[in-house]
Amino acid sequence: MIQVRLHRKYSGFALKVDLHLPGRGVTALYGHSGSGKTTCLRCIAGLERAEDGFIQVNDEVWQDSRIGLFVPPHKRALGYVFQEASLFPHLSVRANLEFGLKRIPRSARRVDMDQATQLLGIGHLLERNPEHLSGGERQRIGIARALLTSPKLLLMDEPLAALDSQRKGEILPYLERLHDELDIPLLYVSHAQDEVARLADHIVLLSDGTALASGPIGETLARLDLPLARGDDAGVVIHGTVSAYDAAYQLLTLQLPDSALHMRVAHAPLALGRALRVKVQARDVSLSLQAQEHSSILNRLPVTVTEEIPADNNAHVLVRLDAGGTPLLARITRYSRDQLQLHTGQALWAQIKAVAVLA
Amino acid sequence: MPLSSADFSAIWLTVKLASLTTVILLLIGTPIALWLSRTRSWWRGPIGAIVALPLVLPPTVIGFYLLLTMGPNGYVGQFTQWLGLGTLTFSFAGLVIGSVIYSMPFVVQPLQNAFAAIGTRPLEVAATLRANPWDTFFTVTLPLARPGFITAAILGFAHTVGEFGVVLMIGGNIPDKTRVVSVQIYDHVEAMEYAQAHWLAGAMVVFAFVVLLALYSSRKTRMGWS
Repeated sequence: MIQVRLHRKYSGFALKVDLHLPGRGVTALYGHSGSGKTTCLRCIAGLERAEDGFIQVNDEVWQDSRIGLFVPPHKRALGYVFQEASLFPHLSVRANLEFGLKRIPRSARRVDMDQATQLLGIGHLLERNPEHLSGGERQRIGIARALLTSPKLLLMDEPLAALDSQRKGEILPYLERLHDELDIPLLYVSHAQDEVARLADHIVLLSDGTALASGPIGETLARLDLPLARGDDAGVVIHGTVSAYDAAYQLLTLQLPDSALHMRVAHAPLALGRALRVKVQARDVSLSLQAQEHSSILNRLPVTVTEEIPADNNAHVLVRLDAGGTPLLARITRYSRDQLQLHTGQALWAQIKAVAVLA
Repeated sequence: MPLSSADFSAIWLTVKLASLTTVILLLIGTPIALWLSRTRSWWRGPIGAIVALPLVLPPTVIGFYLLLTMGPNGYVGQFTQWLGLGTLTFSFAGLVIGSVIYSMPFVVQPLQNAFAAIGTRPLEVAATLRANPWDTFFTVTLPLARPGFITAAILGFAHTVGEFGVVLMIGGNIPDKTRVVSVQIYDHVEAMEYAQAHWLAGAMVVFAFVVLLALYSSRKTRMGWS
């Protein structure tokens, strides 16, 4: 359990949050620039001091302004990854990695050099000078360097924002491995919904220094009352379970949580029973009154309409659907809505192209 | 031999004075520069201006006030006399104090620029990697500011070697105690010993050129932060 209560004011801006976050998994602090997400992260790290604050990470209290407690950042068991890797230019890659490691007593080390370098695929870079590395390599070293302090909480401030999309794609799988293989809670600041959808288990939506929402990713992304649903890349995250694999067509069948419904996605083979998260974008979901058998669209799910709101432009509407307990979002034209005579409680078929599912 | 033993003792005295001054300046200039580069205090402006004063004041002005304060009736002079040390005027120790003040901006400013160029990010990184502030100073700030320290040391040394007015005001012209090279040249010229003056003055020109050459060539030194 991570508890963060912060009140910080400076000219023209105030951050005021009271968050109770899960003590494991990935929590995204999501919001536009200027929403206070980085300030929030810096206060948690102690790099900035909230005038009024209480920060507790599992069993350790890092700040309690009521009793005047403020643990300085170097005494907090945290790892921090900055937007720019910020490697020390006067040290080799190995010395950068060892900088934090050698300041941790042996008995407290839970991540060793081999594990960190293997996890981030940087074993071949150790003797290099940070100057001669690509942005993606530098950031992986920055992450490994933070991991080597065996943190009880890992903080990442838009670690991919300074990278181009190719480099991003290069790092995301490593971040997913951290999530899967290490039991260190991660607070991840981002303004990119695709990253959040891929990594986060829990999301905090920040706007103008306050938290508009804080909840599990699946439910929260599907909430129509939040600005999240109105974005162009809005969609839902579904935690499916692998139930079959069609080797001939390289299609994975996923069972939706707590239901008999299935979806098929193009994916490399995975063991049966494994969990896989997929993102279904609202604009990739179409609605139909009948199950259309003769179509290239592989996924047809029986759904009921739970809610409908106007979208950010006048020609579209956003529809929230329930697929056997799993929420889905569909962005359709207002014209189609009228043609289908859409209304709450209506039973429909949602069609999702397997190609459009992000896995 | 073109140089007399008096010339050599003046050279030796100058080197001693400049070396000692540089070491003292690096020790006291570092915290001042660090403070000036980091603080948001109201005092930043006034303190920065005081440190920079010797850049614009005629050395005779600095020397005049030092003479008054370190003399028998000045505050410092009365204090040193109370300690049983006599007065600092016309002594080597007095010259060191004068030189430290006179060369202060040439050491503090390169250091201040170097610390400012490092910024706060490396220090934050070090803190999140469990380095306490002293640890960070020695393992991050000092190595990253190395080019600044080299520049500061060279400028502080060279500027002290080139000192004349302050020395004359507070040190006078005492062989082996306060008669540095610049004063020795003045003496030679006063005595119409132009050949002697030429050798010493020429040596100073070569010294200054070599120092500045080293300085400008080392400017290629990387100060970047990746």
